[in-house]
Amino acid sequence: MGLISDGSTVFDAGAMAAGFGGALVFIKKLTASNSATLSFVNGASSVVLDTTYKEYLFTLKNIHAGTDDTGLTFNVSIDGGTNYNVAKTTTFFRATHGEDGSSGAIAYVTGADLAQGTGFARLDNDMGSDNDQCMSGILSLYNPGQTSFVKHFISRTSVSRPTNRANDVNTSGYANTTTAINAVQFKMNSGNIGSGDICLYGIA
Amino acid sequence: MGVISAGTTLLDAGALDSDVATGKMTLIKTLTASNSANLSFVHGASSVIFDGTYDSYVFKFIDIHPETDDAKLMVNFRDGGTAYDAPKTTNFYRAQHGENGSNGQQGYRTDDDLANSTAVQPLTMDIGNGNDESASGEMTIFNPSSTTFTKHFCATSSALYSGNFAMQSFAAGTINVTAAVDGVQFTMESGNFNGVIKLYGIGA
Repeated sequence: MGLISDGSTVFDAGAMAAGFGGALVFIKKLTASNSATLSFVNGASSVVLDTTYKEYLFTLKNIHAGTDDTGLTFNVSIDGGTNYNVAKTTTFFRATHGEDGSSGAIAYVTGADLAQGTGFARLDNDMGSDNDQCMSGILSLYNPGQTSFVKHFISRTSVSRPTNRANDVNTSGYANTTTAINAVQFKMNSGNIGSGDICLYGIA
Repeated sequence: MGVISAGTTLLDAGALDSDVATGKMTLIKTLTASNSANLSFVHGASSVIFDGTYDSYVFKFIDIHPETDDAKLMVNFRDGGTAYDAPKTTNFYRAQHGENGSNGQQGYRTDDDLANSTAVQPLTMDIGNGNDESASGEMTIFNPSSTTFTKHFCATSSALYSGNFAMQSFAAGTINVTAAVDGVQFTMESGNFNGVIKLYGIGA
């Protein structure tokens, strides 16, 4: 049975109709526990990552490294997660400030960007692995399901560095493909993701 | 009366069933400043939720208009006591551009960052108090109720400086405590202010 009010379908087929309940739609939460990777693959494990939404938002929370000096990275797939190796051109700049007041500065980091690189893209500077150290932030991926244009992303993260510094990291760029992206994978640039979670939302 | 569709309970006992997928950005509280010294969001007071209910929280500050010319909007956090004095290590950088085309530039602001300090943190550059001058923006704080990790926040704002400059500001950092953060307070660098601040919870 559905529910129709003033001619508008509010509920049907066991779910709220589109247009009700807000524009930020939760899709999937993955929790790391000494995990090598966290992968969001369209059509697998209830993940939606296609043309359903024009924008997808990943929230990265309390990502904790198992070892010092490793950072979170991501890559995208156009073959359902078989390969994560799409060419990307990215930018990377960060502000940094020490707990002791040292070296408040902003700078572009050439070693952390990609120029048509198929490797994983950096989302932060290397973080510390002290018990209370972690990183949090967001990654927005725009219209990954379209097949006309390259796919853009923007990310901002806040990171606790091993040397007790706070870094504010801004990355952006595009996956240089007109093929639809249908999977996104996160991993550390070395070692495992000790703990933390990543949520995927669609923005209607 | 309940509503059951396709075997799924949608409405019962005057509320949506918890399994019904809805939007995940929830307005928690709107506070309006009218020549106010501060606006405070405290978990458990005045219907404010600021705990482990949501994964992250977003504050939107809209049309912040200071009573004193060229004052910054500031923020601080409380971590268990009643004082807003949690230690923070932060970054602050900004871009600016004059209405007359002058001084388009960006840079780090050592005067506006904190090094493990309990002081208030600027969220904007100086806001003019001319009739049409104000600032708007947002701040995200990730998992403030964690008792394992430090807490990260990121803020972005746009302000109109009295000298007719557009000022885009970026503030981010670490609240350097493992105790839960249960309150957030907004003030001006000097004097009172007007405007609206909304608190949203981002769920999973």
